[in-house]
Amino acid sequence: MDSKLYQEVILDHNKKPRNWGRLPAPSHKAEGLNPLCGDHIWLTVNVADGRVSEIAFEGEGCAICKASASMMTTNVKGKTVDEAERLVLEFRDMATGKLDDGAANHLGRLAVFAGVRNLPSRVKCAILPWHTLHAAFSAQPTISTEGDADPVPLPERG
Amino acid sequence: MSAVLTQLDKAQVLDVLRIRNDFPILGLQINGKPLAYFDSAASSQMPRQVLDRVVHYQTAEHANIHRGVHHLSEVATAAYEGARSRVGRFINAQEDREVIFTRGTTNSINLVAHGFGRAFVGAGDEIILSHLEHHSNIVPWQMLCEERGATLKVVPIDDAGDLLMGEYEKLFSPHTRLVAVTHVSNALGTINPVKEMIASARARGVPVLIDGAQAVPHMKVDVRDLDCDFYAFSGHKMCGPTGIGILYGKARWLEKMRPFEGGGDMILSVSFEKTAYNTIPHKFEAGTPPIAAAIGLGAAVEYLESVGMERIAAHEHALLEYATAQISAMKGVRIIGTARHKAGVLSFTVEGVHPHDVGTILNEEGVAVRTGHHCAQPVMQRYRIPATTRASFYLYNTYEEVDQLVRALRRVQQIFA
Repeated sequence: MDSKLYQEVILDHNKKPRNWGRLPAPSHKAEGLNPLCGDHIWLTVNVADGRVSEIAFEGEGCAICKASASMMTTNVKGKTVDEAERLVLEFRDMATGKLDDGAANHLGRLAVFAGVRNLPSRVKCAILPWHTLHAAFSAQPTISTEGDADPVPLPERG
Repeated sequence: MSAVLTQLDKAQVLDVLRIRNDFPILGLQINGKPLAYFDSAASSQMPRQVLDRVVHYQTAEHANIHRGVHHLSEVATAAYEGARSRVGRFINAQEDREVIFTRGTTNSINLVAHGFGRAFVGAGDEIILSHLEHHSNIVPWQMLCEERGATLKVVPIDDAGDLLMGEYEKLFSPHTRLVAVTHVSNALGTINPVKEMIASARARGVPVLIDGAQAVPHMKVDVRDLDCDFYAFSGHKMCGPTGIGILYGKARWLEKMRPFEGGGDMILSVSFEKTAYNTIPHKFEAGTPPIAAAIGLGAAVEYLESVGMERIAAHEHALLEYATAQISAMKGVRIIGTARHKAGVLSFTVEGVHPHDVGTILNEEGVAVRTGHHCAQPVMQRYRIPATTRASFYLYNTYEEVDQLVRALRRVQQIFA
């Protein structure tokens, strides 16, 4: 019954997403949209003394996107903004197959998403929450995986 | 559709196993499982007969067509024009010159939006479409409307995915210039009553374009019996190559229309003062066409005719009924599109599972389906869903493959239980 990509931890976070909801008066926020799948998330973050003190997300999307967002929130909570941004880059490199397997990284259990690198059409689903976090830190109100602003351009059909 | 044929099908009206031997790609293993290819509505596979014809052309007949006096150019021209005749007979066009080679259905529709639209659609005019259209039969008309100050009128559908014909009749006005409607919905499988729709438009003097991309590969289409003004379809959905398609148009319209592109082959004479355009169909075929693809399309038509369009339609209908019965019996699976007359397209959603997750897990089981909005976002909006999973059937699909699909769907439900 095991699926290569849909491992237990991903299914669990999809079913019971952690840090679900919206913070009432966040210091940072952003909306992420993946028009191809209809993945759509709202991310709210409080940064205090350079650290992520609180983070929440809600939205709709596929299991990969939802689990990725949920695991992202548990991972970056308590981390400095710089540490979180480093994780954004490492996650993106892992999902696009550019991560150096030999080099040390800080991904830990997030490595369950490595399987998307063999599924180009699903890479964006996994990465969307991370780009949304980066957008929140950079005070960008919205990010879409389509168009010129797409951080990970992939060929698509309309 | 003959009920008798449908009954007989399980007793092999089509020798599917022999047909499958014609398609080398169907022998592939995907993720260690036999490929079950249910994505022919997006693009069908190609039989050896078509592959061989294209290879023979490239190895023994190729040169540029028209105006060449050497042997190969004459052979290539005869093969290219022979393919046009074969396609014309296949859809029962009155004359070969009514059959224009294009890059595909999208290109065919854009040709009409340009050549007909700019000549006959002006400010305040109206074009009737249906809610079932693929983006390729919406966007070209929207672009035309923006440019000319015209308006789109949309025939609504009911919950089953059938057009509301009473509403269609009400959309006509003295300003209606064209009806552009799909023969078969790519997202839901609905077979529209196009003959009746054409007759209604004809009674009001309004010309009709039919998007036949999902019809010509799967059923006998007779453009003269339909009495449509334009009919568009693609080669790669009917066992032919990509990059080739057809626009059928009545000669009296084609002669009045502006060329789409300018260039070589579409002219009679050129000077810096004036160009005289070539006769139809050449007026619409500027530049060197995809000659090998056109010849491949001719071979695809020959292949489909050798099997028989009625047998193909009966086989697909039987598969659709078999799959519909199995999938509608699954708890938590909802079939989207339950029209009275359907082609071999089965769209569905799985409760609690996003279609892209469904598609990825089916792929792990060797099952190729399409997931997404199917370039028909208005249809998705109508059902308030972002996307569906779509299985589409063709002459080479088997009941065993449907069983493989159903098993894979059960696995989706188990994983997400």
